[in-house]
Amino acid sequence: MATQQSRALARIMVSPAVILLFLWMIVPLMMTLYFSFLRYNLLTPGTSFAGFDNYYYFLTNPAFFAALINTLTLVLGVLVITVFGGVALALLLDLPFWGQGIVRIMVISPFFVMPTVAALVWKNFFFNPVNGMFAHLARNLGLKPYDFLAQAPLASIIGIVAWAWLPFSTLILLTALQSLDREQQEAAEMDGASWLSRFRYLTIPHLTRAITVVILIQTIFLLSVFAEILVTTNGGPGTATTNITFLVYAQSLLSYDVGGGSAGGIIAVVLANIVAIFLMRMIGKNLDA
Amino acid sequence: MARKASTAKKAFVTLAAWSVGILICFPILWTILMSFKSEADAVKAPFAMLSSAWTLDSYAEVQERSIYGRYFMNSVVLSVGSTLMALVIAIPAAWSMAFVPGKRTKDLLMWMLSTKMMPAVGVLIPMYLMFRDAGLLDTQIGLLIILTLINLPIVVWMLYTYFKEIPVEILEASRMDGANMWSEIVHVLTPMAVPGIASTLLLNIILTWNEAFWTLQLTTSDAAPLTQFIAGFSSPQGLFYAKLSAASTMAIAPILILGWFSQKQLVRGLTFGAVK
Repeated sequence: MATQQSRALARIMVSPAVILLFLWMIVPLMMTLYFSFLRYNLLTPGTSFAGFDNYYYFLTNPAFFAALINTLTLVLGVLVITVFGGVALALLLDLPFWGQGIVRIMVISPFFVMPTVAALVWKNFFFNPVNGMFAHLARNLGLKPYDFLAQAPLASIIGIVAWAWLPFSTLILLTALQSLDREQQEAAEMDGASWLSRFRYLTIPHLTRAITVVILIQTIFLLSVFAEILVTTNGGPGTATTNITFLVYAQSLLSYDVGGGSAGGIIAVVLANIVAIFLMRMIGKNLDA
Repeated sequence: MARKASTAKKAFVTLAAWSVGILICFPILWTILMSFKSEADAVKAPFAMLSSAWTLDSYAEVQERSIYGRYFMNSVVLSVGSTLMALVIAIPAAWSMAFVPGKRTKDLLMWMLSTKMMPAVGVLIPMYLMFRDAGLLDTQIGLLIILTLINLPIVVWMLYTYFKEIPVEILEASRMDGANMWSEIVHVLTPMAVPGIASTLLLNIILTWNEAFWTLQLTTSDAAPLTQFIAGFSSPQGLFYAKLSAASTMAIAPILILGWFSQKQLVRGLTFGAVK
């Protein structure tokens, strides 16, 4: 059906999007790469070639190692909670019960809460050691209130972020569950397969794909968690909650070290790309263009 | 063949599901409740707070700072504006890729997606410096450009998966009836594409409303949306729980309501069609 003319037209129609995305991706990234080889601080005039010094300083900075560990802990912590919690919740919500529509809405709601609101609500109304709900509950039970963000800062942030992402994994896994072949399930049930073996041999294999998608997409977003850290702990105490995104932000916009921050940015891009390659393969397999 | 479930089992599942639902939603419900209390009551222990008098004072107080309206309007302008801009660019692109696919279409789609995988922090510095030099820091137009670009891949993808579902036979039939390209687009394709475009619009407004990296980095006050307004409560003085609750409720309410209508599209849009 595609004539020469419609092909030419198609090319014209697609080109604005391609050109804009190309400019958006290539130009700033090249500039970051260029800056990363410069001695360039906004507070001191002039720039000079620095070779790999910025990378060397960024990678050997103790804060970088801490940030790397924090980033991995944050990503893995949230993934574990949201994947296991998501499977459990999806299995529950897939059962017949009264008021499915309303419960679904309640479960999905946290996903629509903007990160700054989510973080401040948890920080003040729940984690606050004086007026927070957990402090009130602890005092009622005769316990000493626990200062979550001071004593377990990273775990608290993992909690906040996991709360925001649990709806996402639940919704996707629930959607996947609902496409499960019911007749196959019933056939297995009639043949005397127990719930556990049906779960193990029918449900889990069916969900594997959706779980992979959840893990990959969340990882992309979780690698760049920023707002939740900014409004709760500001990366501290010390570097206890500084992830790589936050470290680059601090290095460039708080310390005005353009060179060092750029080197950090390039490192963040490389880390994200490792994940992205796997995700792209998954999505590409499913695409029959 | 429906699965049989005894009433007792269903009642038990209902209880469990509702408990979990309320628990997950609890921080939101609690914030909404607290927003109708006075500052002095908001910091009381849970039961004392619940039984205290209801008031709209916090809303009045947040509204009185006329500045709230500006943040809200910025959120509306940025989310709706950038979504419309992305749609204008993405509709023709998705259209041609879905209906006139070439050898490179798949590669092109995957490449577009890959731009979405780039962490924002990797281009923070050049964007910041370019914005500073061009006088775009803290301007709506600057932020509109960035938000349009970061969402463009998702918009193209969502539209593409929707357009793909429009049967090509209909196009061929209309062509047999003598329709030209223009009338084909206006009379045949557009009516079928409207639902897909609407869901894309909805999901993208939600994502942009909650975007909290660029909006926090590139704005201070003039173009700052609600994400920035709420972030201003991170180092508060005095009693502010009720005010924070009221501001938070107002910041999330429009998007919560929009979001409830877009559950189905959410899965599709956020998994790039990998889970439907």
